[in-house]
Amino acid sequence: MTAEEILAAIAPAVPGATFEALASSDSAMTPSLLVSAPHIVAACQALQGPGLEFVAFSDVTAVDFYPNRDPRFDLVYHLVSPHRRARVRLKVRVNQDVEVPTLTALFPGAGWPERELYDLFGIVFTGHADLRRLMMPDDWDGHPLRKDYPVQLRKDAQTYMPLQITQEEFQANMERDRYQRTTAKPK
Amino acid sequence: MADVRTETMTVNMGPQHPSTHGVLRLVLELDGETVVSVAPTVGYLHTGIEKTCEQKKWQQVIPLVERMDYLGAQSNSLAFCLSVEKMLGIDAKMPARVNAIRVLVAELQRISSHLVWFGTHAMEIGAITGLLYALREREIVMNLNEMLGGFRFFPSYIRVGGLKEDIPRGYKEAVKAFLDRLPGKLDEYETLITKNPIWMDRTRGVGVISYEDCCKWGLYGPIARAAGGDYDVRRAFPYCDYDTYDFDVIGASNGDVYDRYLTRVAEMRESVKICNQALERISPVGAWACDDKQVVPPPKDQVYTEMEALIQHFLIYSQGFKVPAGDAYVPVEGPRGEHGCYVVSDGTNRPWRVHMRAPGLFACQALHKFVVGGMIADVIAVIGSLDVVMGDVDR
Repeated sequence: MTAEEILAAIAPAVPGATFEALASSDSAMTPSLLVSAPHIVAACQALQGPGLEFVAFSDVTAVDFYPNRDPRFDLVYHLVSPHRRARVRLKVRVNQDVEVPTLTALFPGAGWPERELYDLFGIVFTGHADLRRLMMPDDWDGHPLRKDYPVQLRKDAQTYMPLQITQEEFQANMERDRYQRTTAKPK
Repeated sequence: MADVRTETMTVNMGPQHPSTHGVLRLVLELDGETVVSVAPTVGYLHTGIEKTCEQKKWQQVIPLVERMDYLGAQSNSLAFCLSVEKMLGIDAKMPARVNAIRVLVAELQRISSHLVWFGTHAMEIGAITGLLYALREREIVMNLNEMLGGFRFFPSYIRVGGLKEDIPRGYKEAVKAFLDRLPGKLDEYETLITKNPIWMDRTRGVGVISYEDCCKWGLYGPIARAAGGDYDVRRAFPYCDYDTYDFDVIGASNGDVYDRYLTRVAEMRESVKICNQALERISPVGAWACDDKQVVPPPKDQVYTEMEALIQHFLIYSQGFKVPAGDAYVPVEGPRGEHGCYVVSDGTNRPWRVHMRAPGLFACQALHKFVVGGMIADVIAVIGSLDVVMGDVDR
C-alpha cells in the first residue's frame, strides 16, 4: 500500500484534518503520512477501517530538530496491519508548548511510550491517565533527550539550578565549543 | 473472630528480587493471596543509550545498541544496521553470503536468548536443573560468538555495510557440531519439563491473554503467537532473504504461560532448521561486506600497498561516513518480538536520533493484564514467561 492509497482511504473519514504524504527511504515498506496534531486519534481510528485494518500498535517516539526547525518536535507513530502485512508511519509536528491528544483510548499500549516521551522530551499528552516520568527519577529536572539538554557542552554541574539551559546559553555554548575547536593548539 | 482484618495488603517486590530478571520493581496489592492490582516501576537501568548514540559516529553506535537487549545482542545491531543501510541505499546490493551469515548469527543469538529464558523460567518455577543444563548449551553459543568477534556477550560482528570480517576458520564446523547437538538436548529438557505434572499445574491457564489484547498493547513475538496470532516479522516483512528459507511460524492458541513455553521451545527447533539452511549457503570463500567504498574500509592487503586505500582507511576510521538526511525503520524479529531501530539522519557522520523499539517495555506495561485476579505465586511464572530483559526496557 502506498502513502497515496492510504491517504485516499482515510482523508474522507477525518473531516478538517490536513494530511500530507512524506518521502522516506523505506517508503516501500512503511509509507509516511503527516497528520495535524488534533486529528491524530481520528486518523488512527480511520486507519482501523475496512480495507486497511491497522489494528496493531507498534511504537511511538519523537525526534527533536532544535534549533534547525520550528515546530521542533516530530512525533512518530508506527502502526501495523498484521494480516495485510502492511505498515504505516504517522508523523505529527508539534512545538514544546502544544499538547497532543493521547492514543491510549484506542491503543492502551501507547501509555508507557507516551510517558517516556513526556519524561525525556517534555511533550504533554492530554487525556493520559497516568502521565508521570518513566525512566528518570520523579524529581528530575529537565528532559534529557532534548537537543538543548547539555551533554558535551560546558556547564558546571549545579544541581540546585534547573538543568534545562536557555536558548542564549545554548548558543553561547555552541559558539565557545566551535571557537575552542578551531583555535585548539596541538600539544 | 470479630477483629479479622479484611483490608488489602501492599507488597513491594523487587527491584532486587531474583525472579524479576534484573531490576523490575512491582508494587502488588493483595487480597489474601489474590492480586488486586500491580504497578510496575522501571527505569533503574536507564543509562541514556539513545542520548549517547547521538554523540557517536554511525559505526560506533553498534556496541552501544548491543548493550540494550543484552541477551539478544546481535538482534539489536542487525536492526540498527538494516535501518542505516536502508538510508544509505546499500541494502539491495548486500551480497547473499553476507545475508546468510547474518541470518546464521541472528538465529544463534535467538537460541542463546531462549536458552537463558528456558533456564531462568524453569528455575523460578522450581525446576532448578533446567538452568544448569540450558546454560551449558548456551556456553557453546558464547564460544561461537568469541570466535566471531573476540567478545562472548556483545561481539559487534554485524556492521553497517556488512560484517566485521569473514567468519574465522573452523567456525562453520563448530556451528555444525552445536546444531547437531542441540535438538537431542532439547529433547532431554522436554522430558524433564513439558509433561511434568507439577509444571503443567503451575503454568496451564495462568496468565492468559487474547490476541486482540496483544495487538492493542503492542505485544508481538512469542507472546502473541502463543495467543493465536501468526505475525512474525521474518514472514510478514522479510529481511536478509528470510523469505527464501523453509521454516514454520510456531504458534499455539491458549495464550497462557504453558503455551508461551511450548512456543519458545519449538522456536528453538525452527532456529536450528534455519541455521542448517544458512550454513549450506555460506560458501567457504566469498564476500563478507558490500562493495561500497564509502562505507566499508578496504581490505588490509590493499591498505598496506596502495596509497588510495590507505587514505580511505584513515578517512573511514577517523571521520566515519555520512548518511543522507532522512529516516528509516526496518523491523526484525528479535528473540522477544518485533525489534526495530528508528534512525534519523541530518546528513552528517553522526546520527541525529536513534530509537530502539523495546519489546520488553510493552510486556512490562501490560503486566496487569496477565496477573490481576491470579495468585501471587503466579506472578513469578508470568514474568518468567514474558521474558523481559530490563536493559531493553530501560535502555
